[in-house]
Amino acid sequence: MTAAIEVEKLRCEFRVHTGLMSAEKRVVAVDDVTFSVPAGSVLGVVGESGCGKSTLARMILGLLKPTAGTVLVDGKRLFDLDRKARARLIQPVFQDPFASLNPRRSIKDIVALPLEAQGTFSRGEIGRRVGGILERVGLSAAMGERMPAQLSGGQRQRAAIARALVLEPRIVICDEPTSALDVSVQAQILNLLADLRRDLGLTYLFISHNLAVVEHVASEVAVMYLGRIVERNETDALFREPRHPYTQVLLESVLTPEPGKGVPDIGLGDAMPDPANIPPGCRFNPRCRIAVERCRHEAPTRMVRPPQGMVECHLA
Amino acid sequence: MSALLEVEELQVTFGGRTAAVRGASFRVEKGETHCLVGESGCGKSVTALAVMSLLARGGHRSAKRMSFAGTDLTSLSDREMARLRGNRMAMIFQEPMTSLNPAFTIGSQMAEVLTRHKGGSRAAALDRAAELMGRVGITAPGMRLGQFPHQLSGGLRQRVMIAMALMCDPELLIADEPTTALDVTVQAQILRLLATLKREFGLSILLITHDLGIVARVADHVSVMYAGEVVERATTAELFRAPQHPYTRGLLSCVPVPGRVQRDRPLGSIPGVVPAIGSGFTGCAFRSRCAHADETCAHAIPRRQAGNAHDYLCRLEPDWAELQPA
Ligand SMILES: Nc1ncnc2c1ncn2[C@@H]1O[C@H](COP(=O)(O)OP(=O)(O)OP(=O)(O)O)[C@@H](O)[C@H]1O
Ligand SMILES: Nc1ncnc2c1ncn2[C@@H]1O[C@H](COP(=O)(O)OP(=O)(O)O)[C@@H](O)[C@H]1O
Ligand code: SF4
Ligand code: SF4
Ligand SMILES: [Mg+2]
Ligand SMILES: [Mg+2]
Repeated sequence: MTAAIEVEKLRCEFRVHTGLMSAEKRVVAVDDVTFSVPAGSVLGVVGESGCGKSTLARMILGLLKPTAGTVLVDGKRLFDLDRKARARLIQPVFQDPFASLNPRRSIKDIVALPLEAQGTFSRGEIGRRVGGILERVGLSAAMGERMPAQLSGGQRQRAAIARALVLEPRIVICDEPTSALDVSVQAQILNLLADLRRDLGLTYLFISHNLAVVEHVASEVAVMYLGRIVERNETDALFREPRHPYTQVLLESVLTPEPGKGVPDIGLGDAMPDPANIPPGCRFNPRCRIAVERCRHEAPTRMVRPPQGMVECHLA
Repeated sequence: MSALLEVEELQVTFGGRTAAVRGASFRVEKGETHCLVGESGCGKSVTALAVMSLLARGGHRSAKRMSFAGTDLTSLSDREMARLRGNRMAMIFQEPMTSLNPAFTIGSQMAEVLTRHKGGSRAAALDRAAELMGRVGITAPGMRLGQFPHQLSGGLRQRVMIAMALMCDPELLIADEPTTALDVTVQAQILRLLATLKREFGLSILLITHDLGIVARVADHVSVMYAGEVVERATTAELFRAPQHPYTRGLLSCVPVPGRVQRDRPLGSIPGVVPAIGSGFTGCAFRSRCAHADETCAHAIPRRQAGNAHDYLCRLEPDWAELQPA
């Protein structure tokens, strides 16, 4: 069975100028990332803002050329496919549904656009498909006539999902699809994505900064820190036994509705990780609460956690 | 305990038509954290802005009573209100960039708040700014004072906003979704900081959020808002032990709890969104989404007592919730 997404030793570097006189700096946004997502399953990718999640997504979508490494989608190199074929295979759903929908077109027209761009569908076929997918994501025909500004955040995200699915792609990359939404609307969208995956046999790469959000949809979870995957495991195993200190912190930061527990001291300090300034040794060591001397000069190697998990930590 | 902020039957309309807040009542006691919780569009921000007299043009507020530390807020002139704002009552917003001026350094913006309200030298104000930045967990405050807002991460900007709100030693801090735009890690840090400040400064906090997970961890008292009304009020312990309103129960079921997810079953959710309410509306505004709605819900709804300091707005008797766990 070929994997839906296969990523090997993927790396992405940006060159940035920090000032007029200063030298060019290298920002390593994604560093040596390897994984594969079997068809019909969901890989959740979790990590803080700036850790490289969206950069990874853009490389998989073929929107950004990797500095090194390979991406195979359904066994093919995306750069070998033309835009139309790529659009039929893989589609994105982004965080901010407002920014990603053309404010001057109706929802119906926005959802029809990918079909029109193919140039092979008749008007009748387009109308039929758009009607079908809008209904499938829970938007009425009347909603289809509205402009994006006339919809709520959750309805706009449903429209964005409809647009992503109208070509019946096999693979969908969801980049923080619920981060701009209320908890109640988030639950609706997560349920919708889970239903669609089951009914249409889709494969997702599902990105979030909140570990609790991916548990419901993901079959496997990868935790990213400063461009690297520091832990990966089958979802139940990862939640049952998080190995990496960073995974543990992410799990503790989830505020569950348990009164009396207070807000945990996750002890990360105020310094945000900076991919232009990756610390020597283990890249997590300045924020790690169990770091030992060795962590400051020696990077941990990748350890396999059977059956398919892995973790990068000297003490895990 | 005496209430620091008392709001009774607050009404806010926009252009005379949209009723954004419809008779909301709540009290923030001295030294407590009071949470206003509800979905987007339910009127939380408008309530906070009405208290601060910061409503957008076209917004009209009226209240049976609205008092802060014994002062009747409805009778204050604009100038008197401006003297309270940022001084004895301060507010922080979801997106700190909207309240930080991109053209000025952090230091000059923080110092300005203090000199405007309390006078004194700029140097003294900068010292206080640096001290407070240290208190809110910002390392190397000296360097940060000289930086511009865009040079800080979202989490740092929100810490700066909190430090800035504390410049004049306020009695009440109104925080409108202060962590919604942030990573969960930064969220936990900021909320922990607010809890510490409450303890150490005796600060009273009105915290606005859509997340009952946050409420459980930080609030002393809770007011659940729906379509401009407070539909349930209780102590935090009581609200989570025995939530009564179907809306509260729905909100509670939406919070994902790690390790308790059943992947083959849908997450709890509330169908639809908060409806926009016109001025002539009667009955329960939740009835378009409520699984327990019947024809009586279109008529006046009683406010029921469910225990000491616990009430809710619904036709169902208090024991309903005990008998039928969601
Ligand atoms: N075109 C670019 N040029 C320079 N640096 C970039 C570029 N795109 C991304 N980066 C940097 O790469 C890092 C990873 O960015 P990315 O957008 O993938 O983060 P993220 O995890 O998606 O964060 P967020 O949740 O904030 O979107 C960041 O430090 C970012 O500033
Ligand atoms: N300036 C305005 N003009 C007209 N309606 C407004 C304005 N501001 C808010 N509203 C309406 O008031 C209601 C409550 O809004 P808001 O308090 O911002 O919600 P929340 O903060 O709970 O997300 C919404 O229906 C919103 O559309
Ligand atoms: S290798 Fe050391 S610093 Fe890195 S996560 Fe493990 S214990 Fe912490
Ligand atoms: S009054 Fe009726 S519609 Fe409103 S919450 Fe109670 S049962 Fe539901
Ligand atoms: Mg991103
Ligand atoms: Mg708001």
